[in-house]
Amino acid sequence: MSTIENQLVTVTVNGRTYEREVEPRKALSDFLREDLELTGTHVACEHGFCGVCNILLDGQTVRSCLLFAVQVDGASIETVESLAASDGTLNALQQAFNDNAGLQCGYCTPGMLMTAKEYLDANPDGGTDDEIREAISGVLCRCTGYQQIVESIRAAASAGKGA
Amino acid sequence: MEIEQDPNASRIAGDTAPGDAGLRWIGKSINRVEDPRFLRGEGRYIDDITLPNMLHAAIKRSPHAHARIKSIDTSKAEALPGVVRVLTGQDVKEHANPLPSFSMNPGIQHDMIAIEKVRHYGECVAAVVAENRYIAEDACDLIEIEYEVLPAVLDPLKAREEGSPLVHEALGKNEAYSRTFSFGEVDKAFDDAARRVSVDLYWPRSTGMPMDTNGAIGDYDAGTGVLTIHANSMNFTYFLWLIAGTLKIPSAKLKIVPVVAGGSFGSKFFMHKVPTFAGWLSLMVGKPVKYIEDRVTHIVNNDHAGSDRRYKAELAFEDDGTFQALRIDCVDDYGAYLQFGVGTHGNALSQICGPYTIDHVEYSLAAVLTNKNQQGAYRGFGAEVSNWILERLVDHAAHDLGMDRVEIRRKNLIQADAFPYLTPTGNIYDSGNYPGVLDKVLADFDYDYWVKYRDDARKEGRHVGIGVVASQERSVFSSTEFWFWFDEPAFSPTSSPESASIQIEPTGQIVVTLHSQAMWGNSPETVVSQVIAEEFDVDPTSVVITYADSQHALPGTGPGGSRYTVMVSGAVAGAASQMKDKIKRIAANKLEAAEGDLEFRDGGVGVKGAPDKQLSLSDIAMMAYMFKLDLPPDMESGLATQWTYDHPLTTLPNADRSDLGMFYPFVGHAWHMAVVEVDPGTGRVEFLRYSAVHDAGTVVNPKTLNGQIIGGTVQGLGTAMLEEYLYDDQGRVLNENFEHYHLPSSMDVPTMTIGHQETPSPYTAYGIKGAGEGGRMLTPAIMSAAVEDALSPYGVRITSLPISAEQIVEWAAGD
Repeated sequence: MSTIENQLVTVTVNGRTYEREVEPRKALSDFLREDLELTGTHVACEHGFCGVCNILLDGQTVRSCLLFAVQVDGASIETVESLAASDGTLNALQQAFNDNAGLQCGYCTPGMLMTAKEYLDANPDGGTDDEIREAISGVLCRCTGYQQIVESIRAAASAGKGA
Repeated sequence: MEIEQDPNASRIAGDTAPGDAGLRWIGKSINRVEDPRFLRGEGRYIDDITLPNMLHAAIKRSPHAHARIKSIDTSKAEALPGVVRVLTGQDVKEHANPLPSFSMNPGIQHDMIAIEKVRHYGECVAAVVAENRYIAEDACDLIEIEYEVLPAVLDPLKAREEGSPLVHEALGKNEAYSRTFSFGEVDKAFDDAARRVSVDLYWPRSTGMPMDTNGAIGDYDAGTGVLTIHANSMNFTYFLWLIAGTLKIPSAKLKIVPVVAGGSFGSKFFMHKVPTFAGWLSLMVGKPVKYIEDRVTHIVNNDHAGSDRRYKAELAFEDDGTFQALRIDCVDDYGAYLQFGVGTHGNALSQICGPYTIDHVEYSLAAVLTNKNQQGAYRGFGAEVSNWILERLVDHAAHDLGMDRVEIRRKNLIQADAFPYLTPTGNIYDSGNYPGVLDKVLADFDYDYWVKYRDDARKEGRHVGIGVVASQERSVFSSTEFWFWFDEPAFSPTSSPESASIQIEPTGQIVVTLHSQAMWGNSPETVVSQVIAEEFDVDPTSVVITYADSQHALPGTGPGGSRYTVMVSGAVAGAASQMKDKIKRIAANKLEAAEGDLEFRDGGVGVKGAPDKQLSLSDIAMMAYMFKLDLPPDMESGLATQWTYDHPLTTLPNADRSDLGMFYPFVGHAWHMAVVEVDPGTGRVEFLRYSAVHDAGTVVNPKTLNGQIIGGTVQGLGTAMLEEYLYDDQGRVLNENFEHYHLPSSMDVPTMTIGHQETPSPYTAYGIKGAGEGGRMLTPAIMSAAVEDALSPYGVRITSLPISAEQIVEWAAGD
């Protein structure tokens, strides 16, 4: 039935450049997960409300379920897989989540981490708790009640200051 | 009371004493051992798994709440390139049996795909298996169905009346169950008491709503006849043979592989829907089939909506505030099917009097079927509702007397010397010190300060309110609660075990295998690692945890009803004790020492008081596997043990059900106190202070327990303030996505302080009690109390949830 031809997409994800033929209707989230096998980015509502699929597109958080893969041609993307060292060592933000019980089921965690990364990049001193809460207010977590996530982000900011 | 221990009750093997003061690892806030893989995005949830030649399924959902299916034309869908198979109720009728149900009503049949009639909006009427999910969904749009729309049964009170349209014609009525249970002398107590309050209350349907929906991959191997199902559902070893019955295959050829679940909160309890469906689709097409609910499907099609209850509730009490009797009449709207029967009311009856001395209780229940999503399990399993009812009644009684809400509660608390405490229904509370928890929370919260603050604020025209509530948290259900409803139940099981096995590899590495689920958001791996560290004095991060598939699993029941930490700790303690016995025999033989002189220390076993006389676990393990001639002569090779741990304390109900027996006996306790400020113009509720103190017996890991308490509290806040399934007058769900079904965000929730009191259970391993649901049991009551107090200038009495912003604005405007 489909008469629309696949399109070529060239995109840099976590520092590596990929070239893929893709159906124009394919969501970016599905493209990352299926075509690039980067399953760290999760999908939870598929219509832009939960923020679980948040990634960094040219440094800014976006809902990867609300973009088509063909829209990111030429862009640079960071996903949760970019955070840890190649030997698996957690970065300061990930470690802060581990130290402060910032996750339970882990499903929203990639979206939460990428959103926190954007916030901490812009606010290295961490800001106030209210500012942290506002920064992550677009990502839904059903497990934690957010308090230990806020503590994790604050701890990551403090760790950054000490470094 | 004296409890005579049933000689058949399960014992912890060996030397594991409840509440042992000398614990080394249990009680430490170690980091969760599960976390690193999830933080790296390597969680391997169900949708992350891809099998070779795997196909994808989507379902066609009914647009009607109640309709007869006149015809289905699948030809256009089948003609779409990439579509492999389109299946309807006719295929289910020919190739599968109905889904299992614990309702014990023979007239209620539930099928994987509706046959002839749909009974709720969103029910599956057809399925498409295709090369990818996009094509499967396209094909669903091409299926043409002609319906004869029937009147939707939506009001449970009208549904009970003669002449109402029927949800299940074979049942002959919509009321699936009704009975009144009476404990003590209820009428007399009400007649004798000086006062009573009567309240009509309504608790709306909401749902657990994990971020990861239910999903499964079926993988049928025609060569061996084994159907493998990878699934993120829980409890796969419990009643697995019933699922095999639905699929018409031998249960020994059904292999469930547990997959990490991105949250459950009850919504992934049992295997009956998504995993069974994915397995059946694979059987039908002969290839692996992945079926993952999308969010809309999860909301309108899953089987796990929470309670939907209308109550008439009464509390009898004296002029001095002493409680005498409780009378509860509940009509519960179960929706279109009755998966777990009325077990959610067993939870209510396990702690119906809360932490208070009330000797006389009457409980009437009518379970009514309507054309809505079927109820399932949701964090609290019905006990969170009964706690809201009780605490609402207590607040009404305090208001009636003009008595302080803390004082009326304190006056009625069960005292610390009264344990084990026999409740009127027959369930016991094993241990507790409720006044102790109250004193802790009062000190942490500074009640007197906030009372003055509220009163001063009120003089300035601000709307500040205080909420004060208590709750029990029952843990470790007995199977009896699913059948004691009936005098002659069709099936009356009494087992709900949990198992663990331990293998020490030749290199000395400890591997623990669990048997009823994968990780689901709680931290089974951390709990088990801490118990193993406790028993063997090894680094908890060194322990390897694996999960058995159903072909290799020992008896298990899975997480539910705050049971898992208690039960898996008992199972691991039992298997560890067996393992330690064997290690000691090997070591005693090698070191020429008495077994009684040996201790586990520093990752090995050594002679007490002789630091140089020690063998490491790898020394022992290498001997056990490779050096038979170094072992005691009657010992076989290897180092592997297993232990199945049954419910440690359960008894049968009596014949006339005036005594339900012990069925939920390990009972935690909590107090929450909160201060809110309400903006009557916008309806926004802001937290000025939130303090919680819990007693969950021996705490295994304070940091993770705090996470459970905060998370549960916020989930309860959603129930209290935001969440409700909205149906229109045709029974269509109006809020079938996150745009309209609102979950609490980081801006809606309090920052809490949390305290713990530890009153160990005398009956469980290490004295642990369950703690996973407690938070959610308190927030609906505390928000009702605090907002009501803040809006007292308007004379508001809160009797239904959620307390929406719109409702607050209307109250303040005098509407």
